[in-house]
Amino acid sequence: MGSTVFRTCPTTGLKVDLNAQALIKANAVAAVVFLAIGGLFGLSVALTRWPAVHLLPADWFYLALTAHGLDVLLLWIIFFEMAVLYFASAILLNSRLAAPRWAWAAFALMLLGGLITNVSVLQGQSSVMFTSYPPMMAAQHFYLGLILFAVGALIGCGVFFGTLVIAREEKTYQGSIPLVTFGALTAAVIAVFTLASGAIILIPTWLWSLGLISTIDPLMYKLVWWAMGHSSQQINVSAHVAIWYAIAAMLFGAKPLSEKVSRTAFLMYILFLQLASAHHLLVEPGLSSEWKVFNTSYAMYLAVLGSMIHGLTVPGSIEAAQRARGFNKGVFEWLRKAPWGNPAFSGMFLSLVMFGFLGGISGVVMGTEQINIIIHNTLYVPGHFHGTVVAGTTLAFMAVTYLLIPLIFQKEVMFPAIARWQPYVFGLGVAGISLFMMGAGTLGVSRRHWDITFSVAQFEFNYPPTAFLMLALNGLSAIAAALGGAMYIVVVVASVFFGKAVTDKITLTAPAGPPVSGQVAAYGSAGTLRLPGTIVLVGVFFVAFVLYYFVNWKYLSEVWPMR
Amino acid sequence: MAISPPSERLWWKEPVHRVELVWIIVAFLWGLVMFFMMIYWHATGQQNLSTETYRVTPNAYYAKVEADVAQWQVREMNGVPVVKPPAGADIHLIGRMWLWYPVLELERGQTYSLHLSALDLQHGFSLQPENINIQVHPGYEHVLKITPDEPGEYTIVCNEFCGLGHHTMLGKILVVDR
Repeated sequence: MGSTVFRTCPTTGLKVDLNAQALIKANAVAAVVFLAIGGLFGLSVALTRWPAVHLLPADWFYLALTAHGLDVLLLWIIFFEMAVLYFASAILLNSRLAAPRWAWAAFALMLLGGLITNVSVLQGQSSVMFTSYPPMMAAQHFYLGLILFAVGALIGCGVFFGTLVIAREEKTYQGSIPLVTFGALTAAVIAVFTLASGAIILIPTWLWSLGLISTIDPLMYKLVWWAMGHSSQQINVSAHVAIWYAIAAMLFGAKPLSEKVSRTAFLMYILFLQLASAHHLLVEPGLSSEWKVFNTSYAMYLAVLGSMIHGLTVPGSIEAAQRARGFNKGVFEWLRKAPWGNPAFSGMFLSLVMFGFLGGISGVVMGTEQINIIIHNTLYVPGHFHGTVVAGTTLAFMAVTYLLIPLIFQKEVMFPAIARWQPYVFGLGVAGISLFMMGAGTLGVSRRHWDITFSVAQFEFNYPPTAFLMLALNGLSAIAAALGGAMYIVVVVASVFFGKAVTDKITLTAPAGPPVSGQVAAYGSAGTLRLPGTIVLVGVFFVAFVLYYFVNWKYLSEVWPMR
Repeated sequence: MAISPPSERLWWKEPVHRVELVWIIVAFLWGLVMFFMMIYWHATGQQNLSTETYRVTPNAYYAKVEADVAQWQVREMNGVPVVKPPAGADIHLIGRMWLWYPVLELERGQTYSLHLSALDLQHGFSLQPENINIQVHPGYEHVLKITPDEPGEYTIVCNEFCGLGHHTMLGKILVVDR
C-alpha cells in the first residue's frame, strides 16, 4: 500500500490510483450491504404500519425502525459518500490518494462502529430510534459505535482534503478544481461540521450511559444532535447535486451553464446550512421566536436559494448540451430524446425532479415556524425526508453506480433489462412512500407509532378512515421500492462479482443527432442561446411551491387560536 | 465539463445568462416573502406558539397537577380524573409513560393558560383531529394560551416515541358549550 501504482482508464484517459480504486470499491460495497439490510428493515416497518398486515410485534417494530434509520440514513449514505469523495478527488484530479493507510483505517473504524451499533440495536436494549433523545437511554455501545463511525468518517474527510492539497502541489490539473470536485469539497466541509457536532454531543451522552455524567439536558441534546442530524443531510444534498452534474457531464458532455453561479450555489450550502438544527426545535419550549425564525429559514432562505439555483442549472446544462448535440426542436425534444433507457440518466433525472417537488417543497413548508405546529412528529416528517434522502440522494447514488461499475470496478453491467427498469420501479415506490406518508401526516397520524388503532389504550380514538387508506398505499409503495432496491442489489452484486471484465474503451455518452453549433457558450452562460424547456420546468416548480406554501397557511389558520 | 477543470481560468468573471440572473432574483425574493411571512403571522395570525418556559423539577410539576385535580375534578373518564377549571385559569397537563393526565374539560371560546411538562421522558402533545403538535420535555414547563373554538371530544396522542407502551399513550380534552 505504501507505493502508488496507476492504471490509465481506457475510456477517459485519466490516471487511476489503484489505492483510490480499491478504497472506492470497499466503501461502495459496504454501503450496498448496509442498504440491503436497512432496506429490509424499512420494508418491515412499512408493512407493520399497514393496519391490515401489521407484520411485526411492537418491540420488533421499534427495533426495526431504529435499525432502519441507522443502516440506511447513516451507514449506506456515509459509506457511499466516502467513495464519492475519493472519486471526486483522486480520480477526477488525476492524482494519487493522500495517505491510503489512513483511508483504510477510516474504513475499518467506520465498519467497526457501524457493526457495534447494529449489534447493540439487535440485542434489543437500544430501541431508542435513530435520534436517541435523552432521558431515554440506549446501551452504552450504541453511542460508542456511533462515535467510532464518526471518527472514521472524519479521517476519511481528512484524506480527501489531503488529496486536494497533493493534487495542487503536484500540478495534476490546470486551473481550478472541477465543479463536481467543488461539490464534493462542499460536502466534506459540511461533514467536518456535522461530525464534530456529533462527537460533541455523543461523547457526553456515552459517558452518561456509563454513569459518569448524571444528566443530559434534553433540549441541549436536541440542539447539538441536530447540528449533526440535519446538517448531515446537506452533505447528502451537496454530494447528490455533485453527482447530478457528474452524470450530466459523462452522458452529454454537459458543462455548467456558468461555473460562477453553480459554485456560488454550493458555497451557500457551506455558509448557511448549519442553522438547520432549528427545523427540529420549532415547537420546543425554551427557545425564542426570533431564534426560530432566523435559523429555520437559513438566514432568509439563502441555502434554499442555493438548491433552487441548482434546480435550474442542472436541467439547464443538460438542455444546452442536448440542443448542441442536435436535439434542438421545440421545447422538449432535448428531454424526449434523452436516454431514458439508460439507468444512469433515468435515475439521475428522477432524483432531480422528485428531490425538488417532493422533498424540497415539503421541507421548506414544514420548516416554516408556525406551519410546523400542524406537522411536527406526524408521518409528514418521514414523508418529507424519504423525498429528499431516498428519492433524491439514494436514487442519485444508484444512478451513478451504473457508471462506476464499468469505470471503477471495470465490469460490464449484468442484466441490462433489470438495470433499465430499476430506477423506475424504485422511483415509483419511493414517490408513493413519500406522498402517502405526507398524506397520512396531514391527517394527523403520528410517526414512530406501532398501532394507529389504539387497541389497548386507556381511551378510544381512531384517525380518519382516509389515513388507513394512506397507510395501505404506503405499504404497497414500500413493496415496490423494496423490489426496486432488490433489483439494484442483484445487478450490482452480479456485475461486481460475476460481470465480464471491461478492458477496452467504452462509450458513455448518449446517442446524439447532428451537432448544432453555437448553442452553448464556451465561456459563461451569456452566449447560450435558449433554454425554454428548463424555463417551463422551473416555472411549474415555482407555481407548485407557492400554491402549496399558502395552502398550508390556510390549514394552519383553521386550528385553535393560540399564543 | 463539470468533471474537468473550468476551460477558462477566470471563470469568476464569466458573463451570466439573463435566465440564470432572473431565476436567482425570483428565488431570492421568494425567500424574502417566506421569511417575512413568518414575522407577519406573528403580528396578525391567530396561531403562534408561545415561548414562555420555566425550568421545573418533575416532582414539583406533578404537585401542581395534583393540586388542579384536587381543586377542580368533576368526575372520572375511564378511570382518569376529569378537571374542569374556570375560564381563564392556569391548568397543568402532564405527559408520562403512558398517559396524558388528567382529562381536561374546557369551555368553547374561553382562553386558558395550558401548562405542559413531562414526568419521565420526552413526549409529543398531538391534539387530534385539530392536528396541533407540541414537543413536551421533562424539566421544562411550557405555558401557552389556547382558545378552543369548536365543541367536541378531542384526543391527545403521544407522537414522540417513549418506550414500548408509546402507542397506548392517549389523553382527552373535552370542549363544551357554555
